[in-house]
Amino acid sequence: MSAVLDPKGHAGDHAHDEHHDHGAPVGWRRWVFATNHKDIGTLYLLFAFFNLMFGGVLALGIRAELFQPGLQLVNPELFNQLTTMHGLIMVFGAIMPAFVGFANWMIPLQIGAADMAFARLNNFSFWLMIPAALMLATSFFLPGGAPAAGWTLYAPLTLQMGPSMDSGIFALHLLGASSIMGSINIIVTILNMRAPGMTLMKMPMFCWTWLITAYLLIAVMPVLAGAITMTLTDRHFGTSFFNPAGGGDPVMYQHIFWFFGHPEVYIMILPAFGIISHIIPAFSRKRLFGYASMVYATGSIAILSFVVWAHHMFTTGMPVTGQLFFMYSTMLIAVPTGVKVFNWIATMWKGSMTFETPMLFAIGFIFVFTIGGLTGVILSVAPIDTQLQDTYYVVAHFHYVLVAGSLYAMFAGYYYWAPKWTGVMYSETRGKIHFWLSLIFFNITFFPMHFLGLAGMPRRYADYPMQFADFNMVASIGAFGFGFAQVYFFLAIVVPAMRGKGEPAKANPWVDESGKGAEGLEWQVPSPAPFHTFETPPKLDATATRVIG
Amino acid sequence: MITMNVRKTMSKTTQHLAAIVASSAAWLSTAAYAVNDLPGGPAVRQLNMHPAVTKIAEEQHWLHWFMMIICLVIFVAVFGVMFYSIWKHRKSVGHKPANFHESTAVEIAWTIVPFLIVIGMALPATKVLVAQKDTTAADLTIKTTGMQWKWGYDYVKGEGEGIAFVSTLDNAQRVMSNNGGPKAGEAPDDYLFKVDNPMVVPVNKKIRIITTANDVIHAFAVPAFGIKQDAIPGFVRDTWFRAEKIGDYHGQCQELCGKEHAYMPIHVKVVSAADYSAWVAGKNKEMAAKADDPSKVWALADLKARGEKVYAANCVACHQATGKGGGAIKALDGSAVVLDADHGKQIAILLNGANNGAMPAWKALSDTDLAAVISYTKNNWSNQTGQLVQPAELQAARK
Repeated sequence: MSAVLDPKGHAGDHAHDEHHDHGAPVGWRRWVFATNHKDIGTLYLLFAFFNLMFGGVLALGIRAELFQPGLQLVNPELFNQLTTMHGLIMVFGAIMPAFVGFANWMIPLQIGAADMAFARLNNFSFWLMIPAALMLATSFFLPGGAPAAGWTLYAPLTLQMGPSMDSGIFALHLLGASSIMGSINIIVTILNMRAPGMTLMKMPMFCWTWLITAYLLIAVMPVLAGAITMTLTDRHFGTSFFNPAGGGDPVMYQHIFWFFGHPEVYIMILPAFGIISHIIPAFSRKRLFGYASMVYATGSIAILSFVVWAHHMFTTGMPVTGQLFFMYSTMLIAVPTGVKVFNWIATMWKGSMTFETPMLFAIGFIFVFTIGGLTGVILSVAPIDTQLQDTYYVVAHFHYVLVAGSLYAMFAGYYYWAPKWTGVMYSETRGKIHFWLSLIFFNITFFPMHFLGLAGMPRRYADYPMQFADFNMVASIGAFGFGFAQVYFFLAIVVPAMRGKGEPAKANPWVDESGKGAEGLEWQVPSPAPFHTFETPPKLDATATRVIG
Repeated sequence: MITMNVRKTMSKTTQHLAAIVASSAAWLSTAAYAVNDLPGGPAVRQLNMHPAVTKIAEEQHWLHWFMMIICLVIFVAVFGVMFYSIWKHRKSVGHKPANFHESTAVEIAWTIVPFLIVIGMALPATKVLVAQKDTTAADLTIKTTGMQWKWGYDYVKGEGEGIAFVSTLDNAQRVMSNNGGPKAGEAPDDYLFKVDNPMVVPVNKKIRIITTANDVIHAFAVPAFGIKQDAIPGFVRDTWFRAEKIGDYHGQCQELCGKEHAYMPIHVKVVSAADYSAWVAGKNKEMAAKADDPSKVWALADLKARGEKVYAANCVACHQATGKGGGAIKALDGSAVVLDADHGKQIAILLNGANNGAMPAWKALSDTDLAAVISYTKNNWSNQTGQLVQPAELQAARK
């Protein structure tokens, strides 16, 4: 049975059992008082999946309303609440926690550490998210309904919101605190707890991307906290940071928000790059091409992410020099991102590829994410952005990078590592069904949005002109298909895995008869991974991918 | 020359693409609604930007095609390689993995080449951007004010200066939206685009748009002109366009501004210079009429009350609150002209001035204001004539 749900999961094939039977809590205590990185990782992943479903239902509410012109299901007030809450929940409740879940599970296993550096802090940063999520979700029932100012919470519209805005601000503060604590934990773990012999430049790419992501988080979450705190004092304590009626500057809010918001975009994609950088080599049976340039490209993207923020604000009316600077710096990001894509393809080149579900999702990621990347380059051109800013083209663009980017990479990562977590293999047929349903319905949903945006349909519209009807109908059909594909994923793949149904997984299920395939320390421990791993630092070979002796 | 040809080819390609998609998707919902393209607004199943009506919009189209083609070529090349590799380097066809995992030369090459491509993209973009931001030397300046949830237009400089009105979505369409949208067969082509008072501008003139807002941020956008500018409360921003074709052009608010965000459309009517002048004249008359009907017959008390305000705003600085003037300024209190039963004498002085301009001409004031202030002086201080001057007399005197 798996280490995921079985309270006695650690009582199996482990040499140190006797020494560690120190009354580790069972039942609900195991989870509430969890200090084990694997348990906390599981909690994060389940929490994120729940939010993915919740945010998804909100999205389906949006798409159902937009199925036809005219208001049929929700009024414009509720429509704005749905778009706002969909964005907030998906960004802060689904994607970010899911990557922290992957980090918790995989970083100690990949670097040969016994656990995360600060086990109780780890517990706290997870459980802090529960009151935050409750505050966000229940804001629908406060007078005036949930926040409806868009996930970007632009002033001065936020100053018109009801009490739910305050509850949203506090929720974001808690989520931000949780992220900062999680990041500190990850940085300390990676820098201090690597097994002897694993130098930084031998470290797995997933750890590298998370190390850089954690620094980004520590740098920008306080900036968001500042912006929303100023919003709060504008709302209640008579300050006028952003309130034009008192001489405040609404554009300043946007600058501060996007100084957080653009690095945030990379926070949501860099760990995905890390996951893909493991899966492509494993199923190509070939080492990752250009490891060093991968590391440098990740670093460059992170640094550049601090100097591009105002490309979200081309239509606010910047001076021409400002527009030129942000246009050039944004275009420059295409270079390191391109390097990554080229490296992945060079890894596949002359490999010996097989196409299990993790590989399918990884290839799907490269293919569809690149479409989102290229529309990003098109949007970076300020005169084109004049036409496309705040239209459905932007909606299409960021869903191509966040759904086909981040989410696909997480699915790839799930199929790749779940055998290690649960000790059982998923059904390959079901995995493939999930992949093809997701890929097809994703594109049916979001590809037509490019046309809507080019034709000028503004985003966050509860109703739209008749000429936009057909593409909206297609997008809505696709959205429901995509939603059902994820329910299928949960019921047909995740639930059986948690119940331990399926072929038992080998310690390294991704290695073929010739010994080629997945590499890394996580495959050096049994499947499911015992409750405690690497209690004494392992001795590594020269590549730092194998335990010797 | 080359760019012109490329442009032509591109627009043809779009038309073909549109035709193919349109015919294959005819069974979809707009067919049931029997909706047509809205000229100057979106077309049914439109695949690309609106047909350009300004040079800037044309440049934006060109840039978009230019970028699209570069991106498509890169996409096809990169994924051609990837899918070739997926096809050829499969384990199931017995391909054995190679061992290479780095090549400094290749890695430097695929860093430098994209960098050069990016520079190639940035150059034409810079040219358009600089042109797009040049709002100087405008023929006509219009201030647009975003309000929850309508647009206010003030003609602040150029022909039509002083015209101001508010533009709101047709209420019947708003009601239609609430009732579940247009029914099949009766959907208006301009659904959510119809306004009561469109902005009217002359063709081939440089129009500078100044944006601001009263409450929250809105965005003023007309895709056919290639303009989109946030309207920010407490701040003024500007953009410009020079429409080259007479017609009606439509846009919508593009920045989330609260619940009625989807219901504050923009309608710009581009007309010939002559039609524009006629519109300005009509609008001026309409505004004057709205301000005060000069044929209205006033009661003395009302007119005197109004006259007191006009006096305080225009006359009091010289003639004093006491009406006694001082120095070269003639007294009104007890003045023969004021007391005279012949209203014409005082009216003539107010309309034309006196004493070589020491008393200025006040013909810029409205008939009603002038009638009011004259009546006021005739019935204030020791001047208790009981005489009442109606606006109609001023109107007659002006001719």
